[in-house]
Amino acid sequence: MKVRAQIGKVLNLDKCIGCHTCSVTCKNVWTSREGMEYAWFNNVETKPGIGFPKDWENQDRWNGGWERQRNGRIRPKMGGKWRLLAKIFANPDMPEIDDYYEPFTFDYEHLQKSPEMKAMPTARPRSLVSGERMEKIEWGPNWEEILGGEFSKRSEDYNFEGVEKEIYGEFENTFMMYLPRLCEHCLNPTCVAACPSGSIYKREEDGIVLIDQEKCRGWRMCVSGCPYKKIYYNWNSGKSEKCTFCYPRIEVGQPTVCSETCVGRIRYLGVMLYDADRIEEAASAESEQDLYQAQLDIFLDPNDPEVITQARKDGVPEAWLESARKSPVYKMAMEWKVAFPLHPEYRTLPMVWYVPPLSPINSAASAGKMAFKDDMPDVRSLRIPLRYLANLLTAGEEEPIALCLERMMAMRSYMRAKTVDGVIATDIAEGVGMTAGQIDEMYHVMAIANYEDRFVIPTSHREEAEDAFDERGSCGFSFGNGCSGGSTETNMFGTPKKKKVQSPSAFLTEGERS
Amino acid sequence: MAEFLNHLVFGIYPYIALSVLAIGSVIRYDREPYSWKSGSSQLLRRKQLMVGSLCFHLGVLIIFFGHLGGLLTPIELFDAMGISHGVKQTLAIVVGGIAGIFAFFGATLLLHRRLFDPRIRRSSSFSDIAILFLLWLQLVLGLATIFVSLDHLDGHEMVKFMSWARGIFTFQADASSFVMDVHPVFKAHLFLGLTIFLVFPFTRLVHMFSAPVRYIWRSGYQIVRSKKAAL
Repeated sequence: MKVRAQIGKVLNLDKCIGCHTCSVTCKNVWTSREGMEYAWFNNVETKPGIGFPKDWENQDRWNGGWERQRNGRIRPKMGGKWRLLAKIFANPDMPEIDDYYEPFTFDYEHLQKSPEMKAMPTARPRSLVSGERMEKIEWGPNWEEILGGEFSKRSEDYNFEGVEKEIYGEFENTFMMYLPRLCEHCLNPTCVAACPSGSIYKREEDGIVLIDQEKCRGWRMCVSGCPYKKIYYNWNSGKSEKCTFCYPRIEVGQPTVCSETCVGRIRYLGVMLYDADRIEEAASAESEQDLYQAQLDIFLDPNDPEVITQARKDGVPEAWLESARKSPVYKMAMEWKVAFPLHPEYRTLPMVWYVPPLSPINSAASAGKMAFKDDMPDVRSLRIPLRYLANLLTAGEEEPIALCLERMMAMRSYMRAKTVDGVIATDIAEGVGMTAGQIDEMYHVMAIANYEDRFVIPTSHREEAEDAFDERGSCGFSFGNGCSGGSTETNMFGTPKKKKVQSPSAFLTEGERS
Repeated sequence: MAEFLNHLVFGIYPYIALSVLAIGSVIRYDREPYSWKSGSSQLLRRKQLMVGSLCFHLGVLIIFFGHLGGLLTPIELFDAMGISHGVKQTLAIVVGGIAGIFAFFGATLLLHRRLFDPRIRRSSSFSDIAILFLLWLQLVLGLATIFVSLDHLDGHEMVKFMSWARGIFTFQADASSFVMDVHPVFKAHLFLGLTIFLVFPFTRLVHMFSAPVRYIWRSGYQIVRSKKAAL
């Protein structure tokens, strides 16, 4: 057993309102730059839909993630090392920017400078890549927002596998949910495995997966390797970039920007302990349906004395063990079994987990015919098909999802009984295999969701890695090359370079400036 | 005058070009690691790149190793193996010709794409366009030499270039005299080749140094970095 710790994450989809605050704050902090306009380290998709980039879940097309070979070992679905290197000159498994969308701006200036005309002046779109006029914007990061577009196109969604999808195209039967997505910071990341330069790595101390920008050569195998399509090739810098899990914030004990700003309080961050020696074994589980359980099996109980002893031996700091015992992620994933990995069948062992959403009872008008089980509606009669959620979160295995939804409904019944009728309904709790105390705690963490219960983040021990005296006066985050921002202000003869983009203030006269 | 120019271009210039290549690359690797990249534009436009890049790279790799082996392997080794100069010349023409046509076809596609695709053109730097044009021109010149070589299949011209290359690397002061009287097409091809060495560190060509062959014998797939190990 080798104990390693990672900051894991859970997103409670039951509470996501699809406001995109996470995406926008993330964009403002990390990707509001030339070359990365099209990249969304965090994006929110409306499901069902083909998502962003188009059809990302279709691994027959993109060859992301891992595949289990006949000999029981796993290798990237793109192929082994030789096969992968053979794709280096032209990578057939890589999406084009149009599969994301061509980034654009609008000719706002025309609104101010247009001469007098018969028609109102308009701001027409212009490509940020080629600078050319775009007659029509064809696609965007959230083109299918709130079921936008025809059902025939959205129904290409991979998660309809095994679902009679036709009826969900009807207005009366339609359903939707939001799916915020970011890098999964997997235990068995394919991006790391596929990077021929070895520039992508997982940090031992907190599990964050990062790209060494100085070492990245732009071979772009990671873009294909990642089955979640969460590595973006910066077309300006020629390097790949990805979600950093806001590591400068995590290191000082702050939540990631997307988590901090989530208005629905759906995001949870907490320490998970796992057995690093058994990663490959778990990822190689024979059946895809066993992968969810296999991943649960390598998570370690932070209260187990044996685990604690081994963790200390392996150098996990005491504060991290303390946090692991209070981890909301551990509670949701392991104790209450209400959180699930996204597409475990990719064999990446993702570490951003999801609580599936409850949905209205189908055909409320025909409530008489509705199936009830112990005073609670049967989860199979909910509007979002169980199989759809199972395809998303457990490789099609419906039982764990059904139990989770039952527990979430039981929590509501239990709390209703407690607050309205003043009764502690232990039978409701026991009906779903929980205790009254557990349901109380679940309510506290998932419904009330106080800041300190959502984010239990120990600070990193930088003193173990660096000498603070050496760090004085240095720059914080940079693109390498010391404090360089990746571009130089002067040319090689010391004269200022001509600026390509000017801020509006550059046009002010001396008088206006002061 | 002709001798002076010949010595300047084929006696002195090779050392300047190779020095700039070596020192420039080291400085860039050390000072500007963020700029060290292949500069792929596949994301922006797949069209023409899939075929173009594959043909170009495979062709150029064969040509590159062909030149390396052909020019720098001591001629005595070929003699010892019983490979006559004529056979070697024919081999070079056939293999180089086929690879050259592939590379030329690929480079033409890539150059067309780079110049006429608005997305690629706009996101290209001067050096991106310039180096692709130089390589394309070099391929044209290289293919043109074939027609000259067909006139002397016994390989005596080829031996001149081997002697010259060997002379340069063994610091023979009169190395340039070996190529004094060769056909101008060869001279242009040599000069442009040296110029490509000269501009190498200032272009995306540096990605050649980073060819990720080490990936093949990297143990396992996963990489974990520990902060503690760094101290």
